[in-house]
Amino acid sequence: MAQMQLDAAALPLAQPRRMSFAFLGVVPFFVFAVMFLLWPTAFLMVGSFQDADGHFTLENIYRLSEPTILNAYKISIEISVASALLGAIFGFFLAAAVVLGGLPRWLRPTLMTFCGVASNFAGLPLAFAFLATLGRTGLVTLLLRDFVGFDLYATGFNVLSFTGLTLTYLYFQIPLMVLILTPALDGLKREWREAAEVLGATSWQYWRHVAIPVLWPSFLGTTLLLFANSFGAVATAYGLTGSSLNIVPILLYAQSRGDVLHNPNLGYALALGMIVITGLSNGAYIWLRARGERWLK
Amino acid sequence: MKFLEIENLRKVYGAQVGVQHFDIAVERGEFISFLGPSGCGKTTTLRMVAGFEQPSAGSIRIDGRDVVGLRPNQRNIGMVFQSYALFPNMTVAQNVAFGLKIAKRPDAEIKPRVAEMLQMIKLPQLGDRFPYQLSGGQQQRVALARALAGSPQLLLLDEPLSALDAKIRASLRSEIRDLQRKLGITTIYVTHDQEEALAMSDRIVVMSEGRIEQLGTPFEIYNRPRTRFVASFVGTLNILRGKVIDPAKGVVRVDEQDIRLDQQIPNAAPGEMRAIALRPEAVTLGETRPDRNAMKGTIEEVSFLGAIVRIKVRFKDNLISLDTFNSSASPPPRRGDSATVTFAPADLQVLEGVEG
Repeated sequence: MAQMQLDAAALPLAQPRRMSFAFLGVVPFFVFAVMFLLWPTAFLMVGSFQDADGHFTLENIYRLSEPTILNAYKISIEISVASALLGAIFGFFLAAAVVLGGLPRWLRPTLMTFCGVASNFAGLPLAFAFLATLGRTGLVTLLLRDFVGFDLYATGFNVLSFTGLTLTYLYFQIPLMVLILTPALDGLKREWREAAEVLGATSWQYWRHVAIPVLWPSFLGTTLLLFANSFGAVATAYGLTGSSLNIVPILLYAQSRGDVLHNPNLGYALALGMIVITGLSNGAYIWLRARGERWLK
Repeated sequence: MKFLEIENLRKVYGAQVGVQHFDIAVERGEFISFLGPSGCGKTTTLRMVAGFEQPSAGSIRIDGRDVVGLRPNQRNIGMVFQSYALFPNMTVAQNVAFGLKIAKRPDAEIKPRVAEMLQMIKLPQLGDRFPYQLSGGQQQRVALARALAGSPQLLLLDEPLSALDAKIRASLRSEIRDLQRKLGITTIYVTHDQEEALAMSDRIVVMSEGRIEQLGTPFEIYNRPRTRFVASFVGTLNILRGKVIDPAKGVVRVDEQDIRLDQQIPNAAPGEMRAIALRPEAVTLGETRPDRNAMKGTIEEVSFLGAIVRIKVRFKDNLISLDTFNSSASPPPRRGDSATVTFAPADLQVLEGVEG
């Protein structure tokens, strides 16, 4: 016991940890996140289980199974899947061409700068840009008709449709894929290809056994991110199609803007459904990304 | 016929010459090192042998077959890279099995071969681990096993130990050499570490600026460097400038003191200035004997390095550095003391080229 007391006395006194002033730098982020993300999310989560008088109810959640709402979710998911898959495929080939294709050096920074801008170009400006170019009287539509003799709208195309909206989303989806996948493609070491070759593999065998499995988590993860990105987009869809296309963000907007469909609590429930879907998608993205980065350590 | 024959190999990148006048013949089972500083062309030469680079001119024959124009996967070569290059998505066993699987060998053959290779690199229990779960030394062992699993006819190692710490490096280099001897595989080893090359190789190719400076055994390279570059790159060396007095008798004058070699000085004329190499360990302080050269000078610097004492003796323009063992019975000399250094005629090597 005497020895233990001696040892305890010999220990240096624990210094109280001092608060770092560096925390002041991240305060605005936390304030912003609480005010505009966490608090509204909590508010709508609670609101989705309340009626107009503030009483607890499951009515709003039940109403999510109404055919109109289910159909809205279905169309939203279809558009998001289509734009995510197309964005992922085109974005992958674009990024692969620039990173691995041995193209002129100036091309990469030029493309990256464009992708940085285009991936953030969404909402009403993007909707207007597509209406002005591919709308019924858009510039490209008229040029194709008058100079090439090709009537785009005679083929059944309509920018205000599922196809049009998917095409519009691709404008920011492809660049986003390029931006996120480029570091993963850079992570493919030249030595892996050479080691595979010297061990007897053809180029296809290298891609099949090494490159694709290494890139797969990043590719799939980024595709899920594109899905979430598209699923949550509202301004582009509303700006382009108004209320003609029944997708969840527009339905939600209709519930909260105060016209005949006004039911904020149902809107909260719709938003909750979106949070669950994008949350699952983002969660899978983070898991796949971490798996991919573990390999690339 | 030699196993590997490289003749007049040349590689140019635009106006820049990467490798030139490269001729070498390697015996079957020989361990040969390409030694030189960064950018000397050693890795480029290795990559041409592997098939990753195409020569601008010259020929490469492996076991009598011209391999220029063949793809790397058609050359039956094993290669170990500096960065290990293990496939990160595969376990250790899958990495080792990769070449065999690509060659469509049956599972009944692959499994025991992988087990044998893992046993050989002393990692039999790590077959299920992924590369990121291994240390650098373990990864390099696996890379070696993967390269050897398909029984290649030639093994190429591109600075395989340079990313490892000194202790692992020392143990792994003797493991690599033991394995190479055991398997009898012809091996080309690229390194910029002269100690590694000297310790491991049957012969060393010292390279500079894309060409071979000297090709010889470690003993020849270390003790008989032909050029100033080899002399300065391999080991620590004293370079003395001296005037040739009698080339036939091998007499040279250094700072007004005549010293002699044990041989003639080839291609030299009396009065020419030449560089003479002398290893520090060949020099002793005092102990003049008739069969040794002696030079009188002044102690310029004494550095106590623990077990070793490094002493620099100044003559007029030349300086000789020598190492002596520390001994409590005989304290080292002091700066400014007069000193006589001696060395055997056989330890002097006149380098090629006239000094300006």
